Amino acid sequence: MNTVSSPAFDEVEQGSSLWHDAWLRLRKNKLALLGGAVLLFMIVIAGLTPWIAPYSYESQNLDLGASPPSAAHWLGTDIFGRDLLTQVMYGGRISLAVGFIATAVALLIGVTWGAIAGYVGGRVDAIMMRLVDILYALPFMIFIVLLMVVFGRNILLLFLAIGAVEWLTMARIMRSQVQSLRQQEFVEAAVSVGLSPATIIRKHIVPNALGPIIVYTTLTIPSVMLLEAFLSFLGLGIQPPATSWGLLISYGAETMEEYPWLLIFPGCALTLTLFSLNFLGDGLRDALDVRGSKD
Amino acid sequence: MLRFLLVRILQALPVIFVVITATFFLVRSAPGGPFDQEKVVIPEVRAALEAQYRLDLPLHEQYFAYLGDLAQGDLGPSFKYPGRSVNEILFAGLPVTAELGLYALMIALVIGVAAGVFASLKPNTAQDYIPMSLAMIGICMPSFLLGPLLVLIFGIWLDWLPITGWGDIPGDKILPAITLGSAYAAYIARLSRAGMLEILSQDYIRTARAKGLPEWRVVTQHALRGGLIPVIAFLGPAFAGLLAGSFVVETIFQIPGLGRFYVQAAFNRDYTMILGTTVFLSTLIVFFNLVSDVVAAWLNPRLRHQFRGGNG
Repeated sequence: MNTVSSPAFDEVEQGSSLWHDAWLRLRKNKLALLGGAVLLFMIVIAGLTPWIAPYSYESQNLDLGASPPSAAHWLGTDIFGRDLLTQVMYGGRISLAVGFIATAVALLIGVTWGAIAGYVGGRVDAIMMRLVDILYALPFMIFIVLLMVVFGRNILLLFLAIGAVEWLTMARIMRSQVQSLRQQEFVEAAVSVGLSPATIIRKHIVPNALGPIIVYTTLTIPSVMLLEAFLSFLGLGIQPPATSWGLLISYGAETMEEYPWLLIFPGCALTLTLFSLNFLGDGLRDALDVRGSKD
Repeated sequence: MLRFLLVRILQALPVIFVVITATFFLVRSAPGGPFDQEKVVIPEVRAALEAQYRLDLPLHEQYFAYLGDLAQGDLGPSFKYPGRSVNEILFAGLPVTAELGLYALMIALVIGVAAGVFASLKPNTAQDYIPMSLAMIGICMPSFLLGPLLVLIFGIWLDWLPITGWGDIPGDKILPAITLGSAYAAYIARLSRAGMLEILSQDYIRTARAKGLPEWRVVTQHALRGGLIPVIAFLGPAFAGLLAGSFVVETIFQIPGLGRFYVQAAFNRDYTMILGTTVFLSTLIVFFNLVSDVVAAWLNPRLRHQFRGGNG
């Protein structure tokens, strides 16, 4: 967002038109809109699950056992006679919650870290970013597995561990944003009227760096969800009686030969959500004209 | 170049040291000892065991002793399998994982680069959309879903390929390699498309075209070298991902590789094994990141300057 120095009187209008332009561009991207719609649908379903799920989470019908999709059980039932649609809905709640909460953790740490490093600059910046470089080189996947083993399989720890991995890129993006924003006149003006650095970062810098942050956040959520599913698949993530899409896929894979629907439906739910998030993220990146935020 | 290499190596060393230290203290702070098993162990036996594994020493002495062993390349004995050293177990698994990773990387590179370059030649046409949509599917389809699906389709329904094992029956390496490689093929396709698009719009490509070179020579001789730099730089992280991904693939296909040992060690709480594997894998990953950085810098002198000028 390198605004060309423009006359002061149309600053305000330019600020609002950036978002307006972005919306117009996003609206043309049908895939991104579809992704957003699917995502919204998933979130609403997840939010309403306790009220709209066809069966209660605990209910099972051992006599029925695993049955293929039918009128009574749209996605079939698992080997304990539990309704798969209900399972997928409850699993989605956890998968989505992990995705959003862990990303929020990453966002908070990354934005704060990057903003301070970029704003203060000098030696503080050098030390802070060197630390990020070192952490970048750590093989985190192995570390998360290790954390899960050492401290037990605790969902809160899972949020923290994943969040702690994903903040690094966010910090880098934020820092480079802040560095370029810091030299602009409106920041100098804010300094000259005596605002504290914390206020300047919060009120003037973060809102102007919002584009890349939004884009990167949208792209972080799917990678976080994938990480959770990966851990759950290995048996190191979400633990029963709670469930998640990763865990359902792992159960499904064990019995796929006889009951393929137990693998296919949870798999579809996860893939569809990841698909939507990626399309939405790509669309937002084009719409907000953010370069080099990921890959 | 030498200076760049040196700085990069000096940067990698503290990372490895941090990994060793953090892992050591993490594992030691874990609740429950390795000998807290169902059956009661006689105090004398227990003391002897603890002495053998040096658990009777104060923590900091254990740490320095471990560092000393590491310096000699000794990762210590396994807690779970008495009489076997971590080194033995690792070197039994390494060739298998390396082979799997190599095949997966080859699949990823060949398919990814071909698809990405192909798509970049006619952007925003069907030739672009079709491979890029497939790439998106590849990125969104996690290996632990793709693997079982491939087994279901090609192994069980069609009955074309074996579904487990490694090197027992001809063809049993195909499905694991595809499962592991597909996500990276997809990433590489996206990276090479973006890289090629950027290079193809540069002046020197226009010059090459203007002097009448045929298009295939413009692409192969002028554009590829620059356009594939992002792919080379990605190989280090990709290698790290392949190792982590091999946990899942080796579990699904029951392949006796490093990843499977690591997951087993994690479940068995085999602390020396976890520690040893983490240190070993981390060192490997740091090393491969280093190599891919150096190769990328060698291909692109601009990166070296960027490096000197701080992190951009």
